Amino acid sequence: MITAERKPLEELIEYVKPYKRILLLGCNECVTVCAAGGRKEVGLLASGLQMALLKSGISIDIRQHTLERQCDPEYVEEIVSMIAGVDAVVSMACGCGVQQLAMRYKDKPIFPAVNTKFMGASERQGVWAERCQGCGNCLLGETGGICPIARCAKQLMNGPCGGSAGGHCEISEDVDCAWQLIWDRLKALGKEESFVEITPAKDWRSGGGSGPRKIIREDLAE
Amino acid sequence: MKSGSNLEKVLEAGHFSVTAECGPPRGADPEHVRKKAAFVKDNVDACNVTDNQTSVVRMSSLAGCLLVKESGVEPLIQMVVRDRNRIALQSDLLGASAMGVRNLLCLSGDHQKFGDDPQAKNVFDIDSMQLINLARRMRDEGVFPSGDKLEGAPKFYIGCAVNPFADPYEIRVPRLKLKIEAGADFVQTQCIYNMDTFKRYMEDTKKEGLHEKVKILAGVTPLKSAGMAKFMNKFVAGIDIPEEVIKRVADEPKEKQAAKGIEICIEQIGELKEMEGIAGVHVMAIEWEEKLNEIIGGAGLLPRPVVE
Repeated sequence: MITAERKPLEELIEYVKPYKRILLLGCNECVTVCAAGGRKEVGLLASGLQMALLKSGISIDIRQHTLERQCDPEYVEEIVSMIAGVDAVVSMACGCGVQQLAMRYKDKPIFPAVNTKFMGASERQGVWAERCQGCGNCLLGETGGICPIARCAKQLMNGPCGGSAGGHCEISEDVDCAWQLIWDRLKALGKEESFVEITPAKDWRSGGGSGPRKIIREDLAE
Repeated sequence: MKSGSNLEKVLEAGHFSVTAECGPPRGADPEHVRKKAAFVKDNVDACNVTDNQTSVVRMSSLAGCLLVKESGVEPLIQMVVRDRNRIALQSDLLGASAMGVRNLLCLSGDHQKFGDDPQAKNVFDIDSMQLINLARRMRDEGVFPSGDKLEGAPKFYIGCAVNPFADPYEIRVPRLKLKIEAGADFVQTQCIYNMDTFKRYMEDTKKEGLHEKVKILAGVTPLKSAGMAKFMNKFVAGIDIPEEVIKRVADEPKEKQAAKGIEICIEQIGELKEMEGIAGVHVMAIEWEEKLNEIIGGAGLLPRPVVE
């Protein structure tokens, strides 16, 4: 999923201060799962903002709503009348949702309430970790199901650098060495011999190197 | 001859080679490099010039190489893949070769978090393995990765680094094998202090016959003090200094610790010289270049051979 973290209240206050009526818009997808911008967080932020603003003598009408998916034009269309009734929108979705709103409602100020972080998985309750960088050409089949692009601090494609110690990356004891994980997996699978060929330089065009990416499915596109 | 470098000639003639390194200054003062080069001159077959080591910004490695060369020392350019993409790396390979730099060491580079610009965006477009391969193809096939023909192929004696003390240990020899396949002519190892681990590594290397395919230069760094030893052991990634080595230095009074460090280093070179499969030594006297003559001379490796 796409992970996100809520921005500090002070930053959000600066965004909304000039307005009388705002819409706080959550998203029911990834940001709900990572507890950053779902229905619950919309409610919490609304009361948090309201209290902080009142302390400074500012009164704003904060309306709340949560869409099924903010990155989908169909759902974004649903809120035409709601948008018309406010001066600005604070989106609690990831950057994709914020931009979807901005593209649809061209004359309405839209502000992000979260910092979109990375594509990750949950490690345990309350902990998410990066797992994928969307390079566009998945090599997990060759690396034992562990990604050296997302999980090696140097994106090394041909084995660990000289900084791997005790399973940790040289940048921090809190970071696993991706190549230690890969090697352990290859061993568990009895596939150490797959480490005998040089992985050639990666074609980063599929990974964003050739500009913004797009998928067009002819069978689905209208 | 692949490159015609002095280092290549010395090694191919079967001599035990000596290399050292110079870290360029944190500024634009060329005198700094010239001073270091004067300490290196006549003591080595080639001198590494580091490339923004530990991600601390310094004078460029290529400029450092040219200053070293002007001082009469054969340069060995270190190139890390942290800061430049394949376009910049290729361009610098061509430039370095054009200016007469004939030795190359291909490295990943320390992560930028260790330097003074941790906010920087790193590159890592290609890895050190791929850089070795790129340099070899340019040299031997005279082509760019695109297949386009070069107007003059760069001539490098191509090196790589290995760290026998990093984890996972079992991947280290297979990884060296890959680097040789990629095109490495020589290897410079991480600083060796743990001779037991290094001997084991060499045994495993010899089992694969790799010592016959690549020239292995064993890395050593003299310890200036017990404090330095403890610091390196604790904080420098990939360094393993056994307790007994630290103790040998620490048992000396402060003013004699440096001399003990040099004595240990000379002893170590003596042991490495006798080890099968070791083709030379790489002396990294970090900010201590003035001691190179004492160390290399003390190890009985002077004068350096002249090979035509």
